[in-house]
Amino acid sequence: MSTRLTRGGRLIDRTTSQEFAFNGKKMRGFAGDTLAAALLANDQMLVGRSFKYHRPRGIVAAGPEEPNALVGLGKGARFEPNQRVTTTELFDGLEAESQNHWPSLEFDVGVINNSLARFLPGGFYYKTFMYPRAAWKHLFEPIIRQSAGLGKVPKERDADRYEQAYAFCDVLVIGGGIAGLQAALVAGASGARVIVLEQSAVWGGRAPVDGDLIEGGSADGWIGAAVKTLSLMENVTLKTRCMGAGVYDHGYVLADEKVSDHTPGDGRPKHRLWRIRAGQIITATGAIERPLSFAGNDLPGVMLAGSVRDFVVNFAVSPGDRTVVVTNNDDAYRTAIVLKEAGLAVPCIIDARASVSGALPAKAKALGIRIEAGKAIAKVKGGKRVTGVSLCVQAGEGSVLEEIACDAVAMSGGWSPVVHLWSHCGGKLTWDTTNAHFRPDAARPPTGADGAAMVVPVGNANGVMTVAEVLADAARGGAAAAQAAGFAAEAVAAKAQSVAEAAMEAIWVMPQGASPKLRAKMWLDYQNDVKVSDVQLAAREGYTSVEHTKRYTTLGMATDQGKLSNINGLAVLAGALNEDIPQVGTTTFRPPYTPVTLGALAGESRGEIFQPLRKTPMHAWHEKNQAYFEPVGLWRRPYCFPRAGENHEQAVHREVNNTRTALGLLDASTLGKIIVKGPDAGRFLDMLYTGVMSSLPIGKCRYGLMCNEQGFLSDDGVVARIDEDTWLCHTTSGGADRIHAWMEDWLQCEWWDWQVYTANITEQLAQVAVVGPNARKLLEKLGGMDVSKETLPFMQWADGTLGGFPVRIYRISFSGELSYEIAVPASMGAAFWETLHKAGAEFGVMPYGTEALHIMRAEKGFIMIGDETDGTVIPQDLNLGWAISKKKADFLGKRGQERNYLASPDRWKLAGFETLDGSVVPDGAYIVAAGKNANGQGNTQGRVTSTYYSPTLKRGIAMGLIKGGLSRIGDVVEFNTVTGGTVKAKVVDPVFYDKDGEKQNV
Amino acid sequence: MSNVVSALGNASFAGFAKISEVGPLGMISLRAKPDVKGLAEAIKAAVGTGVPGQRKIEIAGGKAAGWMSPDEYLLVLPYGETDAALAAIAQAFGGAHHLAVAVSDARAVFRVEGAKADQVLAKLSPVDFATLGPNELRRTRAAQVAAAFWKDGDGYTLVCFRSVATYVMGLLTHSAMPGSEF
Repeated sequence: MSTRLTRGGRLIDRTTSQEFAFNGKKMRGFAGDTLAAALLANDQMLVGRSFKYHRPRGIVAAGPEEPNALVGLGKGARFEPNQRVTTTELFDGLEAESQNHWPSLEFDVGVINNSLARFLPGGFYYKTFMYPRAAWKHLFEPIIRQSAGLGKVPKERDADRYEQAYAFCDVLVIGGGIAGLQAALVAGASGARVIVLEQSAVWGGRAPVDGDLIEGGSADGWIGAAVKTLSLMENVTLKTRCMGAGVYDHGYVLADEKVSDHTPGDGRPKHRLWRIRAGQIITATGAIERPLSFAGNDLPGVMLAGSVRDFVVNFAVSPGDRTVVVTNNDDAYRTAIVLKEAGLAVPCIIDARASVSGALPAKAKALGIRIEAGKAIAKVKGGKRVTGVSLCVQAGEGSVLEEIACDAVAMSGGWSPVVHLWSHCGGKLTWDTTNAHFRPDAARPPTGADGAAMVVPVGNANGVMTVAEVLADAARGGAAAAQAAGFAAEAVAAKAQSVAEAAMEAIWVMPQGASPKLRAKMWLDYQNDVKVSDVQLAAREGYTSVEHTKRYTTLGMATDQGKLSNINGLAVLAGALNEDIPQVGTTTFRPPYTPVTLGALAGESRGEIFQPLRKTPMHAWHEKNQAYFEPVGLWRRPYCFPRAGENHEQAVHREVNNTRTALGLLDASTLGKIIVKGPDAGRFLDMLYTGVMSSLPIGKCRYGLMCNEQGFLSDDGVVARIDEDTWLCHTTSGGADRIHAWMEDWLQCEWWDWQVYTANITEQLAQVAVVGPNARKLLEKLGGMDVSKETLPFMQWADGTLGGFPVRIYRISFSGELSYEIAVPASMGAAFWETLHKAGAEFGVMPYGTEALHIMRAEKGFIMIGDETDGTVIPQDLNLGWAISKKKADFLGKRGQERNYLASPDRWKLAGFETLDGSVVPDGAYIVAAGKNANGQGNTQGRVTSTYYSPTLKRGIAMGLIKGGLSRIGDVVEFNTVTGGTVKAKVVDPVFYDKDGEKQNV
Repeated sequence: MSNVVSALGNASFAGFAKISEVGPLGMISLRAKPDVKGLAEAIKAAVGTGVPGQRKIEIAGGKAAGWMSPDEYLLVLPYGETDAALAAIAQAFGGAHHLAVAVSDARAVFRVEGAKADQVLAKLSPVDFATLGPNELRRTRAAQVAAAFWKDGDGYTLVCFRSVATYVMGLLTHSAMPGSEF
């Protein structure tokens, strides 16, 4: 059984006991424990069930590579699935539950899949659940989801806060082990701005656990001094609990700082996502130990040798009284020595290498540990935990020589550099036959904007494996990065004495001639239940690409992304394909290095500040008066103002009727307003608009259309001539920023020598449309300006003071009624709006929203950008030829409109439609035509663009595009409907209301 | 001018830095080429400062002139003084090509104050505060919207569009929450 040792534990504080619960069972640990250490200290070796076969699983590793021990952490609004116990710091009150078990961790029904394993081979899902198609949604998927899958999705809204922050530095060091610290010391001494990130809460990495000696003292001593030196440097920033997640173009790095994961609910943000721009990036990300592939290597109690060492040294946790070590290298002997020195038994070191020499084996031997060279594990014995191993020869097929009783197995298949961050942005790898691993290829680095290397790998992450070499490599890398960032740096490394290690031997299957039965129990990917036999099957079935094999077998997928399984898996694949490992290659390393919670990626963008909502100065009034809002770009505009007992449709109809018969007010502040000024402004506007704006007299307004170069209608609005060289262009609400940018684009890039300036003053002004037969009465009551037909006729504007407000009044109408659009400074908008309401009460004033606006403009046959246009419509399609100048030599879109397809008489053109039965044509309906097209679809001859119930005409009205346009007036056509069948409509003039414009011109 | 209200009615929040919406504040957007005759006189007449250099802001009491782009300046002055300043600008330029327009009402203005004010902004804007020069006007963004700020006294003055004032106040409040210091 695993337990807490009475002595030792460099990271724990035995004076501070902490209580936590696992699956509801109360347990105790110490401050400084990881949850993994605390679970093992409580003999909780079984921590989860595997993905596919529901096999019992225990803790394998001690760091971020852990594939098995994922738990649901926290409760309710603080519940988080898939949290690795090896990187979760223990805190008092922590609650965790195991995943993927049903009904309980100890007794799991799904384990029946285990006995059916031979019926669940690689690619099982693809092979089995193909047909019948219909069964997928209702039968296969629900069953697979129930039996497979890891964490549960949180059900409540996250109680925590997240944020992001920007940081800048010359040299970013990712990894706070001895390599990272050494590189930071060198880079920091150069004066460069340095940021050092360490993913765990503790500096120093593995060196203290490995017993390395630096500068003649313990690694711990050197690390403490290094951190102190760095913290005193003003140009160096140190961050723990901050995981370098991804390296992107131009030295951009994302890092996830776990601010309060270990102190939940203390009011601090849970995570902070750092967005770092670094001149040079040093990856000092260490290495990850590889498992060995022997039968039963997934039983609880089988762990990585280095991790066993971590638990003993860091947390004083023993994985068992008797631990068998199985290895292909010298490093694992350190684990045997540590265990022995901790007073625990090591019945045997099983070394796959035929001959064993070197200092570490010699020391182990001197400690009285039995060493079996050239041997292998034939099989691990046990059910929910290890009870023993069977010994066999590595060169054979697995005939059992002897059974050795034990509680744990410490395995080591060698170490793989963490090359993820090097690879994210294009760094290439090279296969190192000595260490049987991929390491960064210095000749093919990820490059920055200048084409030079932007990432410098150091230490274990660079494939350098001994302590003295690691420090020298890190000093070199630190200096190289500082120099590349423009600083004079000297590669001074701390001195260390390395213990000589004999060469490791690549072992991909143990024993090498293992039978199919044994291979079917050798796990490559613990998280996805992929075995040696699955990868070999995939190879036999023709999957030769490692990327395809990954998808087919799920090797290296899910939350650990194959940190343990990748190299072993592709080595097995290479073996099955009779190829060399470098030929097979790796799958692509993509950010993030370890999972980043979506909360951190969203940062502050949730709730009220999920996205900017633009508000007019009258927005608060609208809210107070029960406006129902609709999004218009990022604006929220009142759709209608429902009164008690009204639904939205009734409210809209009341608003239309009231505006047509009495007085309506529209908040038109969102309308785009762009000032265009300069000696060449008239010429500029003549190019932008299809009509002529240069000839517009001062004081007058003119409706204009803007097209893009292709000739398609882009925006419309009323232009007012303010003075000799100044125009004010109104754009659509959604088009203000786009059109302003369009203008600047042409002025800055094409017509840079024209003397024109523009200013987008949309938000400077609040604008109110005062509309209806009583509009003039209201303005006259407020007083201060002559708003008579004679002084201020249709399509003119005037400046003045209205009821004490400085205003500019435009006589323009988008409703067909007598209408004044009045602009006031935005700071006075709310007061002006309220004044209009107060003074208008006697004239029957009511606010109206965007839907009433839409209906009234449709009744008048006015087009709406975005309804009648969709980027494929030219003004001629909308019968707006009258607004296109025939005299002008050029304007944007002129040439485009001359192309034969756009000039074709066959184009669908605008007309009005009235249903024969008075109903409303469905939105998006097409006008059907006889016959079918080449795809067997019904032919069409047009489509609806705007369709409403007209409260004025008390019937459905519609505008749409139809082949033949207005020439079709009188025809009866059929629109399709959502529910099937068609609705008959007569083609009519699109101006349904007040064709002669008498109402707006009073 | 009792009808004049700033976007948020001078809302404020006290976190690890103090956030306050200030204003109304007078602002003029001035567009002119740097070599156009009358530019220096116009800025002097409007706000009493020299022509700001690239990425700089010249501050003189409650008035300032900031460099916004190679042909754009932001003039800051008391709200009630924009009309007079616009007239003075027009006079100084004579007939020279320029554009000057009041944008006081198009903007919302915030103060972010305190020893760690820069941390509030570093969460929202990709700005390297260590290299932000004295009297530097930084055009940037605050999370998803356009913003500009400069250091003034023991804090920063941040300008954004009026319509997104609520959003920006929400951002600043979120970023200044007690306990979220770096």
